[in-house]
Order: sequence, then structure tokens, then C-alpha cells
Amino acid sequence: MASRTVTKDIITLRGSAAIVSEFFGYAANSILYNRGLYPEESFVKVKKYGLPMLLTQDESVKSFIANVTAQLSEWLEAGKLQRIVLVIMSKVTNEVLERWNFSIETDSEVVEKGVSREKSDKEIMREIQAIMRQIASSITYLPCLDEACVFDVLAYTDKDVAVPFTWIESDPKLIANPQMVKLHSFDTKIHKVDTLVSYKNDEWDEQ
Amino acid sequence: MDAGSVNSSSSSSYLNAQSRWPLRDQFHQKKSSKENLDRFIPNRSAIDFDYAHYMLMEGRKGKENPPASSPSREAYRKHLAETFNMNRSRILAFKNKPPAPVELFPPHFFSSQQQDKPTKPKRSIPQTSERTLDAPDLVDDYYLNLLDWGSCNVLAIALGNTVYLWDASNGSTSELVTVDEENGPITSVSWAPDGQHIAIGLNNSEVQLWDSTSNKQLRTLKGGHRLRVGSLAWNNHILTTGGMDSLIINNDVRVRSHIVETYRGHEQEVCGLKWSPSGQQLASGGNDNLLFIWDRSTASSNSPTQWAHRLEDHTSAVKALAWCPFQSNLLASGGGGGDRCIKFWNTHTGACLNSVDTGSQVCSLLWNKNERELLSSHGFTQNQLTLWKYPSMVKMAELTGHTSRVLFMAQSPDGCTVASAAADETLKFWNVFGAPQAAKPAPKANPEPFSHVNRIR
Repeated sequence: MASRTVTKDIITLRGSAAIVSEFFGYAANSILYNRGLYPEESFVKVKKYGLPMLLTQDESVKSFIANVTAQLSEWLEAGKLQRIVLVIMSKVTNEVLERWNFSIETDSEVVEKGVSREKSDKEIMREIQAIMRQIASSITYLPCLDEACVFDVLAYTDKDVAVPFTWIESDPKLIANPQMVKLHSFDTKIHKVDTLVSYKNDEWDEQ
Repeated sequence: MDAGSVNSSSSSSYLNAQSRWPLRDQFHQKKSSKENLDRFIPNRSAIDFDYAHYMLMEGRKGKENPPASSPSREAYRKHLAETFNMNRSRILAFKNKPPAPVELFPPHFFSSQQQDKPTKPKRSIPQTSERTLDAPDLVDDYYLNLLDWGSCNVLAIALGNTVYLWDASNGSTSELVTVDEENGPITSVSWAPDGQHIAIGLNNSEVQLWDSTSNKQLRTLKGGHRLRVGSLAWNNHILTTGGMDSLIINNDVRVRSHIVETYRGHEQEVCGLKWSPSGQQLASGGNDNLLFIWDRSTASSNSPTQWAHRLEDHTSAVKALAWCPFQSNLLASGGGGGDRCIKFWNTHTGACLNSVDTGSQVCSLLWNKNERELLSSHGFTQNQLTLWKYPSMVKMAELTGHTSRVLFMAQSPDGCTVASAAADETLKFWNVFGAPQAAKPAPKANPEPFSHVNRIR
């Protein structure tokens, strides 16, 4: 029994990649729900990270997120993923309104030498929980999305990554002169994820 | 990644960490300038152990978080890093886009990239031209641009000293203008976005503007170039002209002193010139094998000659240029006889995304507006048109019929028909991009009904 508690705190590259890609899946779902991109009815509640989380039941959105996270986890294991960005755009004009930016720093020693690190699941979960709470509360300061919106996911990878057949090169879909809010970070001791949301400056409020 | 350059072993010293972080230099200098000592005497009370500990334990992993920085400063730094990082990473997106939410708008308001219908029936591509017209006296010069199809469905072609208009809706031909022998031949034609006005570049370095409905000349732009004007590109009221004198000039056609900007960078004749669909970037290709990307926004401010990117990868003249209609910042360029390559560029970063050797001189390039396809026209040996699937660059069709190099191509306003003019003095029409009814609605028309909604924000 004692050995089990010990193994629990050991975290491997593979495990860390799984945590980060799973985190992104939940975070994306939460953003889609909280920002109202898809109707509330299409989400169901599950318990995760000690919080009620909402997951989409829309088959095509589900499969999109599943496809993306599967690839992300592959890149994470190779230490080639620098950043994931969830972009929210106007459906009509394609103008970028929000960018949810998850920067990833990988401990290169782990990737190169295959060593593992130590950190308890509980601690990681607590850190992720804090981010999830922040995402849910972001609606209080983010401008209203009062038009139909679509989203897309961008992956920033190292230059030497071969582009998978199902992926294409994209422009960064930046927002000119954005407002930015930094959210909490979490660290698996192998991957450190920083969350930042930038959004279109609403000039009307400034005056 | 940033972290890669940093010694990631825990033995990295404070000094080491300090010298490796350019973005933090300012912070450190401020700190050390307070104690202006002429030599280094360790003074424990002056050392910020918390900071040093942070630098050792956290800073080495590439995360910069000086205790003093405010969240907004941190966010700004991130933004900066993001901008700088651009050239060091690839930005990828999953090809199949997530579905748009419920139909609050009629389905045709979807932009075309949102929908990739897997059930789409296979399109058969006619192997022969639909129609062939004579084009006598067409100047066989790779560096000219003598064919354009305007938004009012009228095709303009310059044959020798004369510009002819062919109305595609009824097939009627008319002569717009014949210039004097000493001024000709005509070296370029380009329709303004309204499809009514047309710019004509001449061998004598002048550019004429004509109204095609009244057949009247509106004005002559002169004094800008010293040699023939072989390439033209419109961006609203700006007419950009590229000359044999290697200059690119932005002319505001509304004002008397029409030269508003001059782009200097090419060393030989400018033969390819295209504005991006957004009007923000200009691509120019020259006989000097160079491809330049110019930013409209930076050009108009303080440094008029500074290009955004100078791309030297082609090994022969760059004439064929085409901006991708479905992916912003994506440009296709084709090289001349010594190069034979089609290259794809991310014009935001200047990165070459792909290069394909076509085996023949690339004379012109066109994107399919309705599908992810690219059409290229070639010279020796086959004088063919090649249709490529993008981004796989699988050849979908090779259309032969011309007996000499296919110098120019133009696309009908509905995007379905392509006209090609070749040195064999024929003009051929190809239904290569599919029939209009099979095509998806043009995404261009989409924003209009709701554009006012967008402006409120």
C-alpha cells in the first residue's frame, strides 16, 4: 500500500502530457459554455478537478476537441508544443474577438533524458481548479459576445515539427491592441502552463 | 523555445541567469546602478536573496516573473514575447473546423472555410478548353501583364498597341484604345475594383486611366517611372505600378499629385504585383529573382522604403503571384524558367511553407475561390495549365491545348472560368474551377447584410 502512494507522486512525461491535454479539453469546453458559443442545452455537467465542469454533447464539437487534444498530447510528449490558443471569432466577419492563450514551457531535461519528476496529483488538481474558476468568472469582465461566434484552435509548435496531414499552417489571428488579463498557472513540474486571455478593446467604455 | 537557450541544469549561477535574459536587462541595470561601486565587494545585506533564489529555482525554466512586475506589465511582456516569437514557431490549426453554432443566420452566411463537406460529389474537370479566341499580335514577353477580367464580367486584353474588351456576358468585342506607335506597345492592363475603370501601362513609362463605359480617357499618370510599366495592382483608390526601372509606386488616382509612396527594393524590372485581399500587404516580384512583401500600414507612416520581408528563395524572375482567398497571409509565388518552383509563404512571418518544382517556367498562378485548389500556367515543354490540390499539392489535372507558353491567366468574377492567353496568340477559356451552380456561394458577399452590426462594436 505504501508503494502505491509513492508512485502516485511520480509524474512522467507521458502522464504530464495527458494532464495538460485533458486540461485543455476541459478548459475549451468551459470557455465554449461560458462564452455562450453553443447553446447551454448542448452541455452536460460532470465532476472534474473538484468542480462541476460542463462538457459539450454536440458530436462534431466533441470530435473536433478530441482530435485536437489527441494531437496536442503527441506534441506535448515530444516537447514540441509551445502554446495553444483558442480563438473566438465573429461568425459573419471572422474578426477575432478573443484569444485564450495557454503558453507551455516544457522541462527539456525530462524530454531529453526521460527522467521523471515529483508532484502530487492533488496539488496539480488544485492549481487547475483555480484556473477553471477564473475561466468561469471571466464573463464578469469580458465584453459581451453579442453576435454569433465561431472558434478555432491554434497550436504553436517548434519549427522542426512536420505538419500532420490533417493540420494546416495558420496565421496567428491576433487582435490589434488587445486588452489582456493573466490568469493562474499550473505546473506539473514537466509542463508549466500559463493562461492569458486577450480580447478586443472596447473603445466605447474607455471614453 | 526560449527555455532551450537557457542552461537548464540546476547549477546555473545567478550571474549566468542574469546575463541570459535580454528582456530583463533593464530591470537589472536599475537595480545595480543604485549601488555605484567601482569593484565588486560582496555585501550580504545588499543581496536580494529572495530574488536570487527565484532566479535559480524558477527563472531557469524560462518563466520570467520579477516580483516587482504588475499583472499588466506581465501581460505586456507576454504580448511582446509573442510578437518576437513569431519567427520561431509554427502556427498550426486543425484542418476540419469545428461546426458553427445553431442556425441563427441562413446557411449561406457561413464563410466557406467553416464547411468542408466530405460528401461533396467529385467534380469532373473538362480537359479541353470551352472556347478559343484569336489574340493576334499578343506580345510574347514574360515580364508583361496583358490580360485582366474585371468585376463587371468584361475581359481586357492588350494586343500590340490596342486594348480590346470582350464582354463575357454576351461575347461582344470592342476596342477601347489604340495608342500611338511611339508610346506603345501596351505593357500592362488592370481593372479597378469597380470593374468600370481600367488602368493601362505603357512602354513609354506612362499609365493611362480609362472609363470603359464611356470609352473616355480620364487621366494620365506620368513622371513616376522612367521605363515601361509592366505591372499594375489596385487597392481601392490606390493604383500601384511597377516599372522596368525597378520602382514600385503607389498612385492615389483621385488627387493631382498622384504619387503617394515609392517602394524601393528591387534591383531589376518589377513584373509581378498583387495586393492581398485585405489590402494590407503588397507582394512584388522582380526579374532580380526577389520577392518582397510590403506592409501598407508601415509604409504610410515613417519609413516608406522599408519592406516587411525580402525573400530570396527563387532562383529566377518572380512574376506569378497569387494571394490565397481562404487563408489570410498565405501567398503563392512562381519562379521563371531557371527556377520552375511554386512556393508558399506565410507573409506574416516570411516563412516559406512549401516549395514544389513544377518542371517548367511558372507564368501565372490563380487560386480557386470555391475550393482549396491552385492553378498554374506554364511554358516549355508542355505549355500546360496544372491544377493542384492545396495543401497536398497533388496534381488534379493537366490541361494542354496551347502550343506556346501560357503567359497570362485571368479568373471570371464568379471564380469558375479561367481565361488563358498564350504566346501562340490564342485566348482560351477553361471551366476548370467548376460550374457556377455547383459552387458554394461566394464568401465575399457574406459580410454585406450584417456589416453594420459589426460596425456598432
